Amino acid sequence: MRREIPTFIAFFVGIVCIIQFFIPHRPFGTLVDVFSDWFGIVAAFAIWLGALNLIRVSLERSLSKKKTHDRWYGLVVVASFLLIFIVGLFLSGGNQFQVPGSRFDYLYVNIYTPLSSTMFALLAFFVASASYRAFRARSWEATLLLIAAFLVMLGRAPVGDQITGFMPEGYRMSEVANWIMTYPQVAGQRAIMIGIALGVASASLRLILGLERSYLGGE
Amino acid sequence: MTEPKDGLFDRLMRIDRRVIFVFISVALIVPLFFNVSQRIQVSPEVQMLNDAMNKIPDGSLVLYSMDYDPPSAPELQPMAVAAFKVALAKKFKMVIIGLWPQGPQQANMAFETATHYEKFSGTKLTYGVDYVNLGFQSGNEAVIQKMGSDIPTTFPRDYAGTPVEQLPLMKGIKNLGNFDFMVNISAGYPGTREWVQFGADRFGLKMVSGSTAVQTTEMSPYVGKQLLGLMGGMRGAAEFEQLSGYPGRALKFMVGQSVAHVIVILFILIGNIAYFATRKKKGA
Repeated sequence: MRREIPTFIAFFVGIVCIIQFFIPHRPFGTLVDVFSDWFGIVAAFAIWLGALNLIRVSLERSLSKKKTHDRWYGLVVVASFLLIFIVGLFLSGGNQFQVPGSRFDYLYVNIYTPLSSTMFALLAFFVASASYRAFRARSWEATLLLIAAFLVMLGRAPVGDQITGFMPEGYRMSEVANWIMTYPQVAGQRAIMIGIALGVASASLRLILGLERSYLGGE
Repeated sequence: MTEPKDGLFDRLMRIDRRVIFVFISVALIVPLFFNVSQRIQVSPEVQMLNDAMNKIPDGSLVLYSMDYDPPSAPELQPMAVAAFKVALAKKFKMVIIGLWPQGPQQANMAFETATHYEKFSGTKLTYGVDYVNLGFQSGNEAVIQKMGSDIPTTFPRDYAGTPVEQLPLMKGIKNLGNFDFMVNISAGYPGTREWVQFGADRFGLKMVSGSTAVQTTEMSPYVGKQLLGLMGGMRGAAEFEQLSGYPGRALKFMVGQSVAHVIVILFILIGNIAYFATRKKKGA
């Protein structure tokens, strides 16, 4: 029964959701609303699961007998988590913790936001370095990719139009980049999306019918 | 036997990445000290977005879904600010939500920036009457699906914990069909794709989107039908700022982006010239 009950639940919920798409009225519409509520509750618990696992892993790394040079960063993670948690839950007016001017909002705007933005911004440097090393015209396909990349990069920056300002309208760098993004790129994307959608439909059908049970875990 | 000395091209194949980092740093930082603005060519997708927003009658009810977090804020925050400025100019009634936990606070920051813009500094807005922030709700696309039938049950309280029945703006808002328009600012999942699949396609929601440059390629196929317009990356934000008449940070940062792109291209060219030169030498 350990495998049969979850398989039946997946089947029942999947079939109801499919039917609800075509018959949105009672009882299918009501059932899907209830399932959506349950899904939201499970998703909320999943956030907690992720956070608690992060704390466990960080503490284990910091307090383990193996002395690595970066083990204390785990304690920084735990301390930061506890700071935000305590300030948000107890020191920011309860439900109003997100209101501008609260202590939680102060930490969010003045610490979390600049730090997160900076971490992501570092990618610009690594992308530049990786592009220099990886973008080599080793084959015809790589050369085509390189040319398209040049055109789009120049076209997406105003300097491209400044360089090609003498060209007639429709042939300037931004227009060439737009053409690449609108026609060949969209054509390829549509093909990929249709392929993915067919794959998702097929995989979903296998899940609903119980043919695919990898989500139950193995023995 | 002595090793042959590395020629110029061999050394150009192996430029230390710190050299590249320095060039990129200079390219991005120096333009910030100069008040240089560049007129930029507007792409058709952003023109469509601007036209779609201008067509909405003044005072319309518009849903803003802020589905991003601080790492994407440098690209997306200028879009959000510009979108709110247009809303203030056209006196939209705004309902703000987030499918990402940080979305509602990012929305607050963008809204505050927009209201402090000199043109709107005298505008009096009442929370609960002119705009509401319903906060974050977990559940990803299930939230959108639920909003299609019942918004008050999906968001029973606003981000400050006030029951929605006590908010005058929320009276009469039952589901997505009550909204005249929707603006989605998205950094990934859940975001524009889910709004298109569950909001625009299923419930006929008229929407436009702003997304990160990386995600724009995936959203382009939807432009024209499900998406009435699309801003892609900081360039899209700059184009919208220029078109809407509210210049902001995106236009300012375009100069740095220009120089950085040129430097990246130059390094790629140097790498390829060195690659072909050394390949020829080895072949000889």
